[in-house]
Amino acid sequence: MGIRNPVLASDKGIMPTIGNQQIKLLERLCNAIAISGDEGEVRAIVLEEIKGHVDEVRVDALGNVLAVKKGTGKKTLRVMLSAHMDEVGFMLVADDGEGLFRFELVGGIDIRQLPGKAVLIGRDHVPGVIGARPIHLTSREERQEKIPLDTLRIDTGPGNSKVKPGDRGTFATRFQQSGPSLMAKSLDDRLGVVTLIELIKHAPAGIDLQAAFTVQEEIGLRGAKVATYAFNPDIGIALDATPANDLPSWDGLENNTYNTKLGLGPAIYIADSGILSDPRLVRWLVETADSRKIPYQFRQPGGGRNDAGAMHLAQAGIPSVSVSVPHRYSHTAISVARLEDWKNSLALLQAALTRLTPELLASERA
Amino acid sequence: MTELIPFLKDLISAPGLSGYEDPVTKIIEDKWRPLVNEISRGKTGSLQGLRHGTGEAPRPSVMVATHMDAIGLMVTGITEGFLRISEVGGVDARILPGTPVNVFSTGAGVAKVLHGLVTQPSAPLLPEQERDGPVALGNLLVDTGLLPRQVTELVRTGDLVSFAQSPVELSGETLSGHSLDNRASVGALTVCLEELQTRTHSWDVWAVATSQEEVGLLGASSSTYQIHPTIAIVVDVTFAKGPGTSDWQAFPLGKGPTIAMGPNMHPALHKAMQGMADSLELPYALEFSPSHSGTDGWATQVSAEGIPTLVVGIPLRYMHMPVEVVAIKDIQRAGRLLAGFISSLGPDFMEKMVWDK
Amino acid sequence: MSLHHGENMKSLIQKLTETFSPSGYESAIRDVIRAEVEALADDVRVDTLGNLIARKGEKGKTGRRIMLAAHMDEIGLIATHIDANGFVRFTGIGGIQPHSLVGGRVHFANGSPGVVGAEQADFSATKMPALSEYFIDVGATSLKDCPVKIGDVAAFQRPFLDLGRRLVAKSMDDRIGCAVLIETLHTLGSTPHELYFAFTTQEEVGTRGAITSAFGIDPDIGLAVDVTLTGDTPKSKSMAVSLGKGPAIKVKDSGMLADQRIVEWMCSTAKKRRIPYQREVLEGGTTDARAIQMTRSGVLAGCLSIPCRYVHTPSELVDYEDVQNAVNLMVALLSAPVHW
Repeated sequence: MGIRNPVLASDKGIMPTIGNQQIKLLERLCNAIAISGDEGEVRAIVLEEIKGHVDEVRVDALGNVLAVKKGTGKKTLRVMLSAHMDEVGFMLVADDGEGLFRFELVGGIDIRQLPGKAVLIGRDHVPGVIGARPIHLTSREERQEKIPLDTLRIDTGPGNSKVKPGDRGTFATRFQQSGPSLMAKSLDDRLGVVTLIELIKHAPAGIDLQAAFTVQEEIGLRGAKVATYAFNPDIGIALDATPANDLPSWDGLENNTYNTKLGLGPAIYIADSGILSDPRLVRWLVETADSRKIPYQFRQPGGGRNDAGAMHLAQAGIPSVSVSVPHRYSHTAISVARLEDWKNSLALLQAALTRLTPELLASERA
Repeated sequence: MTELIPFLKDLISAPGLSGYEDPVTKIIEDKWRPLVNEISRGKTGSLQGLRHGTGEAPRPSVMVATHMDAIGLMVTGITEGFLRISEVGGVDARILPGTPVNVFSTGAGVAKVLHGLVTQPSAPLLPEQERDGPVALGNLLVDTGLLPRQVTELVRTGDLVSFAQSPVELSGETLSGHSLDNRASVGALTVCLEELQTRTHSWDVWAVATSQEEVGLLGASSSTYQIHPTIAIVVDVTFAKGPGTSDWQAFPLGKGPTIAMGPNMHPALHKAMQGMADSLELPYALEFSPSHSGTDGWATQVSAEGIPTLVVGIPLRYMHMPVEVVAIKDIQRAGRLLAGFISSLGPDFMEKMVWDK
Repeated sequence: MSLHHGENMKSLIQKLTETFSPSGYESAIRDVIRAEVEALADDVRVDTLGNLIARKGEKGKTGRRIMLAAHMDEIGLIATHIDANGFVRFTGIGGIQPHSLVGGRVHFANGSPGVVGAEQADFSATKMPALSEYFIDVGATSLKDCPVKIGDVAAFQRPFLDLGRRLVAKSMDDRIGCAVLIETLHTLGSTPHELYFAFTTQEEVGTRGAITSAFGIDPDIGLAVDVTLTGDTPKSKSMAVSLGKGPAIKVKDSGMLADQRIVEWMCSTAKKRRIPYQREVLEGGTTDARAIQMTRSGVLAGCLSIPCRYVHTPSELVDYEDVQNAVNLMVALLSAPVHW
């Protein structure tokens, strides 16, 4: 049972904003390492941040953080919001000696993103590098092929004794801002995590907010599956970060597979490969955005999935949708997102949750 | 367990392809009946045995799951007396040509076992790209030696085909045959149950021989949901070092079971099992499982609101071939490790089940 | 006893197949089916994912709770981008096969019709364009005058064709299954069972409606009615199912092994009633039965299949006698206690 602040920001109708405090928290989250199945470092930050702002909190059998902030009033909808704590990365699987480790990927990483990168391993963030054969020693034929994963090694230096097979790690990128942009690793989904923390701190009184900081999204939406079963909410909303592939095409022709674009606001999902969003919820978000003049875009229907894909199939079915912050270079060392898109994402969610009533689900799904 | 080898031979000689596990289920049921308080079948074919613990009710429970189904083939049609086949579970078609098989025919209302072989038609009868290379399963045929008229009477679409290789004891206390994936683990669980006869355990113990692991973990999914155990331990075979299998994913034969770690396993459960192996001075290896464990554990962990799960491995060579090889000692060690672990479970064990130290 | 519904059933099949309802957007077909079953069922409800569930009967001493499932949704297309010239880019909802697209006619939920074109004029046998190389021409000339926007869904548009013994339509998969269930409900006299006729949603994108409706119904037994492929066209992939030889009793498909007790029950009932049937192993494809089988503590599940040619093209073709025999077999199965 948390200690409640006697006068809540949400009571005074104060909307959450993104200022230095929130950016610093995002920085802390992005610089932390939490690979699928080993989310402890981010879990600790989340537990610390939400303490005192929720009525109940527990860590479940998979490591999900499940927290509830109850609303006031009689007929409150139970709204589950999820953000996944895990990021893609590596697991060390064999010690080749002299500080060299064979590693495997955890989650989807394009192997062309690996050579020449600095990495960090384990809770102690032990530094390492991923090198490759020097160009001088390669042939032209060889350079036409991708460098196979099983030839790459993480090099922690010959004197290392702190790192061992089983340890997890990822790129060593440090968070920074550049003009309007945020540049960091794991914007997918630390942006969702930090947004959910803010929503908890300003939870609208009219709903029961069931917050799920999920694990193992990147390897099959596994945390969300069990969390939704446990919560059995009336509505499910996944907060994620979605790719913006909005670069120029090599042939100068129009790019029509951009998925989302930076700077156009939060992305509302109509469909991805995991879920056909409940149209009632899509309409609710669109109406909210239109009435408050919050910019938004639709994520292009197509491949990729997130926690909503698991949420909507739990129990006897949960009406679900997702809202994501666009980001470039997903699942690579450095992702880029716009601060403004994040702000508008938070604003859209807060506004939408504040005007949510049970009437939304009164009609049949259509 | 002195009769382990004969029991294993019985197990792997009984048919029991995914979805059709009845013959092997009966053998396991007969073996387990004196070792458990209750025994029953799950809705989708798993065998579920329960040993009551000595603790006060309501007692926590540990479910140990070992799949009993085996891979094989299924008849998809008959062409000029030859059987067309598809796989049940993962079969590398390249190992099939020339393989002796048993056809479990059910035509004409009579069940009959026919002897046959998988044949690779001669080159002119194959598509160009297969004349000199691997032949796809769809172009391999089973010849039973019977005339087409006889085949049509006896065999129906959907009839099952299994490898006919008999068990062979190799040197160094090893056993070779098909279906050691995963009947070897059923053997280990049986060793565990026998050990528990002479020990006390405060927790309830569910011994489950699951169905249909090879085709989608159905038995594990159904049984875990029905039983709703406090923790789940899955025992499955893992890769043993051997020809073509020598990297980090493979473990020496005869040097003990493996204890796996990764997202599919609860770290505290892994630590407790490792501690038990150390205290029993049993040899074992750490198995690294970066994501999908490839076992029933993938289903048990996400049942209902989530079940802490662990996977213990028994090294095995030539997985999914008619000539799989296991070391008897590894099976015995796995069984003793499980028994030791189960006996050690006390009323406060779950307090240790936290993700972060 | 053979029950023929003659032209009535054909007009039902026509009405069902000519309705627009791609996965996720099934309200139109749900309304059509609801009107057909409302008066025949003890109660009707719609669940969260839009599944239409009609209950008939109470579980007697010799009865079970049986879920019948036929999916209402059809495959379709969903707009991903409108370009400056008003061409609509799209991706598939469910298994859209590129080779069935060019020159095809579709229409959107808002009624806008369109024609599918592709980026390359010539295809060789070895190069099939990806869906991203196709587009829909709705007759617009610019982004501004295009009546379609991102997220809008479309389905094939083709009229039903009655060739006498053979019937052709788009979305036979699985409106023919829906027709079989409606006709079964219509024909069924008494039953010892508690029956749930589930007209499911979103099967084509992963049997999703069946997952949630099966959890809600919590049945003892589940039977899906869906189409299956055949091996009886020129140089087709080998398969032991043909049109006109009766409905198929599924033994295995790529997602599921039917429970052998269910297969036994279905085969022995068909034999006893002298209803022609075929045994089916399908390589490549699965049905709602798989989702039902994995529900909760497990469900005894099987599938009755309607052999169908040209599945997932705008002109799926079935044999009308197979369809009628499917109804006969369903009625026979559900009128008596289960046995195996």
